[in-house]
Amino acid sequence: MTNMNAIEVSHLTKKFGDKTVVDDISFNVRPGEVFGLLGPNGAGKTTTLRMITTLLKADAGQVKIFGHDTVKEGRLARSMFGLTGQYASVDEDISARENLMIFARLNGLSRSDAKERTTELLKEFSLEDSADKALKNFSGGMRRRLDLAVSLITRPTLIFLDEPTTGLDPRTRTQMWTTIRELVKQGSTIVLTTQYLEEADQLADNLAIIDHGKLVRMGTPAELKREAGGSKLSFTVTQATQVAAAAKLLATQVTGAVRQTGQQLSVSLSKVAELTPILAALDQAKIMINHLSIQEPSLDDVFMNLTVGKN
Amino acid sequence: MEVQMHKGNVVMNTATMAYRNLLKTVHNPDNFMDVVIQPVLFMLMFGYLFGGAIAGGVKAYLPTIVPGILIQTMLSAGTGSGAQIREDLDSGVFDRFKSLPMAHIAPLAGQLFADSLRLLIATVTSLTTGYLMGWRPAVGFGWIVVIGLLAIFTGWALSWIFALLGLLAKSAAAVQSVSLMTMLVLSFMSNAFVPLHSLTKPLRFIANLNPVTYVITAIRQILATGGWTHEALLVVVFDLVVVAVFAPLTVWAYDRN
Ligand SMILES: Nc1ncnc2c1ncn2[C@@H]1O[C@H](COP(=O)(O)OP(=O)(O)OP(=O)(O)O)[C@@H](O)[C@H]1O
Ligand SMILES: [Mg+2]
Repeated sequence: MTNMNAIEVSHLTKKFGDKTVVDDISFNVRPGEVFGLLGPNGAGKTTTLRMITTLLKADAGQVKIFGHDTVKEGRLARSMFGLTGQYASVDEDISARENLMIFARLNGLSRSDAKERTTELLKEFSLEDSADKALKNFSGGMRRRLDLAVSLITRPTLIFLDEPTTGLDPRTRTQMWTTIRELVKQGSTIVLTTQYLEEADQLADNLAIIDHGKLVRMGTPAELKREAGGSKLSFTVTQATQVAAAAKLLATQVTGAVRQTGQQLSVSLSKVAELTPILAALDQAKIMINHLSIQEPSLDDVFMNLTVGKN
Repeated sequence: MEVQMHKGNVVMNTATMAYRNLLKTVHNPDNFMDVVIQPVLFMLMFGYLFGGAIAGGVKAYLPTIVPGILIQTMLSAGTGSGAQIREDLDSGVFDRFKSLPMAHIAPLAGQLFADSLRLLIATVTSLTTGYLMGWRPAVGFGWIVVIGLLAIFTGWALSWIFALLGLLAKSAAAVQSVSLMTMLVLSFMSNAFVPLHSLTKPLRFIANLNPVTYVITAIRQILATGGWTHEALLVVVFDLVVVAVFAPLTVWAYDRN
């Protein structure tokens, strides 16, 4: 039991008509990690999540949640996770408190437990002041917070978040990240989808990049970035007459191609440690440089390289 | 606090869902329009507009239209469940219901329970309006309760049909327009507002096929004679058949969603 995966997804496939929206996707999620599903619009993130959370029947493939098959043991599997969908899944016509109470009762809490948990969650998510107002008057951020609060009623150890920060302003987004990190600290496993590379980079331990229904790459954010081509070194040679010599010298130090734009030279490094001998050699040759910079690859590079765009 | 998980319980889940639907209605007074304002409006309009022409006076017309409008209101209250179910299914809330470890049928059952309360409100409003306009049935209060229950049961049985419609339709708007048409045809092509013998032959033929005619006749008979009739029994049987046929169909359509 100790090494059991939180989620095992194998060969998950979904067709709408003759369009394959999720195409033979397999991955595992370890307990305690944040797993990010990253992909452009229409990639199939929501569809994948809906199949894992039993909202949608898969055409093929299998999902196990803490070892329990979601088809054969649907109810048991459902009792193990909380879900916050892409679109607000709270009742618009009633208040935040009523929403929490009703969902707590539907989750099987007794009336007094439900009341206690509702009060706790309202406080935890700073919703006390508007607890009894109709949701129609809620801002997007408040709605999202309530939505998440409802998913956390039973303190599930596994939480699914479909685009938790889409449509939130930067401050509210950062608050949501803090909340998510807090949940991880308390031991929760989190699966989230996002279109924001920065978000995936900030939160996820492991990432799966999905495009056109296919899983195109999987790994940690660091691994994926490395794959995108390591760090990029660039500098400007102060004296125009020395540029050719500098380029020649650089070529002897690194394996990658040296690129020249005017007096600026740039080259890919496989590791940052390669920098020292380069600087030493330049110094020895008495070549003056300025505007030195080392750029880490971003997930943007990975994303752009791997996804075709225009779904 | 430790969160205790009880096994989902159909009765409890259904009660919670019924409570939710009632809360929604209370917070959204629009949802009361059809069960409160409509019967009052129709009773006043029909009574004062057509009373003289059809029965020679408002008072004389009331025994005809009180049962007529009562059943018409039941029909339109029943159509409400279809639209509400469709709206629910299309909203994100339903995803949450489905992902909870609760009794699968509870949202549907809760809706239909909440509907019976709406039907009760509609019945009380219709009969009270009639009373205020001068309707004085000769029978005891007990029989008024009986016809009230008969109307509610009929309305409830019909709401299964509209619920099925709601589950099969593409949008809430589609449900609403189909329901409205059904409601109008069923209530006007019957003896709800005019005596059958005043109708032309083809119309009378249609009205005689219309189950609404039988429900209204049964209610009028009870109110006239102060006793249970064969027609009333027939209505109960008809309602039971409707539930027996449409409840499984509705549950099937619900499962499919
Ligand atoms: N019920 C459905 N019927 C037909 N096609 C659907 C249905 N649901 C989704 N699709 C299609 O499946 C594809 C993937 O949709 P999905 O919602 O999973 O994408 P996503 O990655 O979540 O996108 P987004 O970032 O926009 O939320 C889209 O092309 C969408 O049009
Ligand atoms: Mg999506």
